[in-house]
Amino acid sequence: MILRRIAIANRGEIAVRIIRTCERLGIETVLLASEADVDSVPARLATRTVCIGPPRSADSYLNADALISAALGAHVQAVHPGYGFLSENASFARRCRQAGLVFIGPTEEQLAAVGDKLTARRHAQKAGIPVVPGAAAASAEEALTVAERIGWPVLIKAVGGGGGRGMKPVFAPAEMPQAIALATAEAASAFADSRVYLERFVQRGRHIEVQLLGDGERVVHLGDRDCSVQRRYQKLIEEAPAPDLEPRLRRAIQAAAVSFGQHLRYRGAGTVEFLVDTVRNEFYFLEMNARIQVEHPVTEEVTGLDLIGEQIAIAQDGLLAMSQTDIVLTGHALECRINAEDASRDFRPSPGTVSAARFAAGSDIRVDTHIESGARVPPFYDSLLAKLIVRAPDRGGCIERMSAALVRTQIQGVTTNLALHAALMQEREFARGAVDTAYFARLQASRGLQVPW
Amino acid sequence: MILTDDDVREIVKLLESSSFNELELETDRFKLTLRRGGTSDTWTQERSTRSSPHLLTPAPAPAPAEISPAGESALAPAANRGIEIRPPLMGTFYRAPKPGAAPFVEIGARVTPESVVGIIETMKLMNSVYAGASGTVTEICAANGQLVEPHDVLMRLAPGAG
Repeated sequence: MILRRIAIANRGEIAVRIIRTCERLGIETVLLASEADVDSVPARLATRTVCIGPPRSADSYLNADALISAALGAHVQAVHPGYGFLSENASFARRCRQAGLVFIGPTEEQLAAVGDKLTARRHAQKAGIPVVPGAAAASAEEALTVAERIGWPVLIKAVGGGGGRGMKPVFAPAEMPQAIALATAEAASAFADSRVYLERFVQRGRHIEVQLLGDGERVVHLGDRDCSVQRRYQKLIEEAPAPDLEPRLRRAIQAAAVSFGQHLRYRGAGTVEFLVDTVRNEFYFLEMNARIQVEHPVTEEVTGLDLIGEQIAIAQDGLLAMSQTDIVLTGHALECRINAEDASRDFRPSPGTVSAARFAAGSDIRVDTHIESGARVPPFYDSLLAKLIVRAPDRGGCIERMSAALVRTQIQGVTTNLALHAALMQEREFARGAVDTAYFARLQASRGLQVPW
Repeated sequence: MILTDDDVREIVKLLESSSFNELELETDRFKLTLRRGGTSDTWTQERSTRSSPHLLTPAPAPAPAEISPAGESALAPAANRGIEIRPPLMGTFYRAPKPGAAPFVEIGARVTPESVVGIIETMKLMNSVYAGASGTVTEICAANGQLVEPHDVLMRLAPGAG
């Protein structure tokens, strides 16, 4: 089937990103937008826009009925879900199929297989991939038994969690009863699934992930990314390839990701996330994100591929157009997530109206954004304003270019973390090479809370 | 038509070999301003999308809670009517910790500065609203689920020991 018109069930920068590829491919776009977004930049760029409901996500971007009836009313052939919202929701994918719409993503079975962390772990074990030592725990007593077996400290994780939410470290047995009670209650309210499980808490770990493309038969990888600069499990900076990784370890991680994809007979674009224990020099499967990811541009910059275009091609032709040997990585790429948040006030979100937006421009600079002068940043959605992406022959050159690009970028009207990124680019430990996921918290503690960022 | 990063890169490349320091490109669909910085290759871009959204069906009227005159006047700050509790930031106001649960406070509740009287949800994060003073709740001005801004009054207190 040739796709001529697709609906975008998302908003913000990823909606703009999808429209860009569709324009290149000559595909019409229908943006499914909430009332808060009907005048947004993606709404102005899309071929058509349909309002699907009130601003709150539950009434619009998470409302499968509204999305599907709007998509059918606009006579689209397929739905691109972007990331977040319903992008990994197996029942939404099923309902698209039942309505005769192509869901641009993996199969319903694959979404279910990686949708909950315990099932995903079991699949990883079946595929022969190392997982962090751990087990399910239904009570504080069970949790204590598990913790004694795998070793302290432990991390309580919500089975239905993801995107860094629903995790709680526990350092001593005395904290366990309260931690389990709290984690169970929070998991029930946040993910409508109260189940939790325990994992060994790797305190010095790197977050390394591998980008996959599959067509249900063949699976290829597009190299790795390092996303270790995180604040409370939210990624701040991403880069490709991961720096300072022993060639043998890198090959093993990439091969593990491909094995996992082959085990699932994966279709579409997906990312397998790993935790690399820098003390033990081992790696463990964390989870699979069965969708396009926020940080996909760094992979695009080093491979020269258009991942949204590949997603559409796989949905359309059912076949992967490339083999592993076609994929060549060149240079280094770095991405900073520019968020509407006030780093000097405990990263409080800063919604409002953008009065001016000026970004760096140049031959090695890419800006993925839905922000321009006059754009509204509603309080209903996440705080991502823009992704500033640079490439250079090597990592040092990337940091230099990013540093210069950040200085030239100015966003007014809402508070942003631009100054924080500019400060990070000057940090010696980051410049020296790989950092672990606790790096940012240590940096924050050492700089003190009063330092204006 | 969408202006891509590749377009901007090519235009910058052309400009770099020229003596121009600024380019303003304006069409019906977009406006692009490119400026050269202090040194030669430090360009900045400002974009503006000028096309209008092509709405397939008109957007429904906004929820009445946000525009009703009663709501507006109830939110308007008034002098000498006790201590006002305002939201710490723009967001959706919730009176209870989760849907279906009992509200944090009702009229007549005695509060201390540390009492949580509501939640503001902003960009997926929940922020507690503290009473900020001791007293008794005399008025609840904002509705559950209402979009509020920092200048709005959520509740009023009659001062006194909590």
